[in-house]
Amino acid sequence: MSKTESKTKKTTKKAAVKPSAKAEVKAKAKAEETKTQPESKIAELQQDRERKTVIMQGNEAVSYGALDAGVDFFAGYPITPSTEIAEILAEELPKRGGVYIQMEDEIASICAITGASLTGAKALTATSGPGFSLMQEGIGFAKITETPCVVVNVQRLGPSTGMPTSPAQGDIMQSRWGSHGDSPAIVLYPDSVKECYELTIRAVNLSEKYRTCVVLLLDEVLGHMRESVTLPDMGNVRIIKRIKPTVPPHWYKHYDENQKYLSPLASYGEGYRFHVTGLTHDQHGFPTNKNNEAGDMMARLRKKISYNIRDLVQIESYMMDDADIAIFAAGIVARSAKAAIAMARYEGIKVGLLRPLTIWPFPDVAVRKMLLDVDTVIVPELNQGQMINEIRRLTKDKSESDVIALQKVNGELISPAEILQKIKEAI
Amino acid sequence: MANIPLKVVHQYLRHDKKFPHVWCAGCSNGIILGAVVRAIASMELNRDDIVMVSGIGCSSRMPVYIDLNTMHTLHGRAIAYATGVKMYKPHMKVIVITGDGDCTAIGGNHLIHAARRNLDLSVILVNNNIYGMTGGQCSPTTPHQALATTAPFGNIEPEFDICKLAIGAGATHVARTTAFHVTEMQRYFQAALEHDGFSLIEVVAACPVIYGRLNKKGGAPQMMKEFRDNSVPLTAVDKLPPEKVEGKIIRGVLHQETRPEFTKSYADLLERVQTMGDK
Repeated sequence: MSKTESKTKKTTKKAAVKPSAKAEVKAKAKAEETKTQPESKIAELQQDRERKTVIMQGNEAVSYGALDAGVDFFAGYPITPSTEIAEILAEELPKRGGVYIQMEDEIASICAITGASLTGAKALTATSGPGFSLMQEGIGFAKITETPCVVVNVQRLGPSTGMPTSPAQGDIMQSRWGSHGDSPAIVLYPDSVKECYELTIRAVNLSEKYRTCVVLLLDEVLGHMRESVTLPDMGNVRIIKRIKPTVPPHWYKHYDENQKYLSPLASYGEGYRFHVTGLTHDQHGFPTNKNNEAGDMMARLRKKISYNIRDLVQIESYMMDDADIAIFAAGIVARSAKAAIAMARYEGIKVGLLRPLTIWPFPDVAVRKMLLDVDTVIVPELNQGQMINEIRRLTKDKSESDVIALQKVNGELISPAEILQKIKEAI
Repeated sequence: MANIPLKVVHQYLRHDKKFPHVWCAGCSNGIILGAVVRAIASMELNRDDIVMVSGIGCSSRMPVYIDLNTMHTLHGRAIAYATGVKMYKPHMKVIVITGDGDCTAIGGNHLIHAARRNLDLSVILVNNNIYGMTGGQCSPTTPHQALATTAPFGNIEPEFDICKLAIGAGATHVARTTAFHVTEMQRYFQAALEHDGFSLIEVVAACPVIYGRLNKKGGAPQMMKEFRDNSVPLTAVDKLPPEKVEGKIIRGVLHQETRPEFTKSYADLLERVQTMGDK
């Protein structure tokens, strides 16, 4: 982790502090829409769904985001509160010629999407805490074999079966460290239904670009909450596809070091006849026990993420310019925080919000800047302290008392009033 | 059945990669690898359209040596990965190489559900009655009273009949043979590759170094002789008195039926859904 930090220091603050997710999928004029002629069946169907403002659930937004990102393979297992994603895709994927399959469990689901992805699919699965725990070994396999796939985890209160229909943010650390061994993670965290749509597309894009398993963390209430969303014109949605090899098969390296950690990926059936293994492997993908090759492989997995922090990290900085107190919150808790900020500002207290859209890799640069700029940081979260320790990790030049915890794990949301109370206590 | 010369078999191996192989002297896995290659070669299948998926274990190390599209996956999950491959590109031939522990213990759930769906996978299950790679622990097919490092006083658990399990779950082509019966093995592999549906070939294999030594089976030649003497072809079962069949390995195609194959059913669904939209 220390290497990652030193690298982030060098990255420009400008890029890390800018919320650019919205730029990626900005809605454009309707006139544009009529101009584009439907080329395939898929394009036609996408235009059929009227791109006006609609009311939808977070889970629905994830489903349509996945379809718009080009996902054509879904394998899953029913689990509250993520089931709607499977239900919608069971109906929509066959219409578009994609594959939907209900597997026998979540382990099989992550394995099937990884297999399909190696065969050329854009693949996604959706689950919740218990299923996410079952998937961890498979997520590790997707990471070591550098196979693109997306896992949506609509979090519920745990441990174990917990409260299936109540919100919690207990999987923040699991999404980072859940799989055994060191395996850097890309994890995105939306705070609204619109952002569910946008970040699903981004998750699929990042998985294709970085050849890894990307996790999208949702809060239970966000999955089931209905909000109005204006879906963008498809012409303005940026879709990234994996790079395909152009070399003849005997030159192909499944993990090509010459490509700045973003190497081309062949699919089964294209003549490349490569080997993938969960064992530590060399550049061609064949198992190795040589320490130098094992070290290179592990370094590659880490550098792929740490060298691209600027591309990966997205944060929202809200009313932070003049803030004395900052709130650091992710997902649905950030919505409560914004309401609390409005109430506090009405009373003349200068409070701002820093919100990670990319929670892993952690936005170290932005958090360090925040810690220097404000006197107090309040970290409200729906767990017993997961994000707050990441903030404390970065407070070496400030005393710990400046970071205040606000934690709740009873199945209820943190209300704006509770955050406001903490703000007042902090003054 | 075409006779495939050794020269051709060698063309299917990844010579410049990771030989010598990991298997012990006397292990049956090399014999099975040879039979798989000869089956593929004699059918003249396009190598680019074959995917070989394996789990974890001694037999699951096989794919790395064969020049096909290969995938060495997680313990027990080979069939689940293969399901993803087959569903996305149904025209590809998918061969699953797995072992008794890999497929019937940790991966038992995937086995029965792929069989139930009748997904067109050719599962080659190498049954050596023990966990060889981890050093000789008992597996679901370790015979009753046999010794294993985790059953030092004799295994008290009854064993699985893998073929019965697969037939019960809905597999549409099930056969059993032993590592001694090489040409029969090759024939069964070809039949499995030709079959349109879920097929499982159980190959009873010798693990002389671990299972054989623990259970005083003698060396590899003695174990092979035992397969020869202790197995009965299915066609002979009815003609023999029951005492000559009892306790023997029954070889042969134990089950064969025609049932809609899953990727074809899915293709039908796609067609139905897409024409539905036109009306």
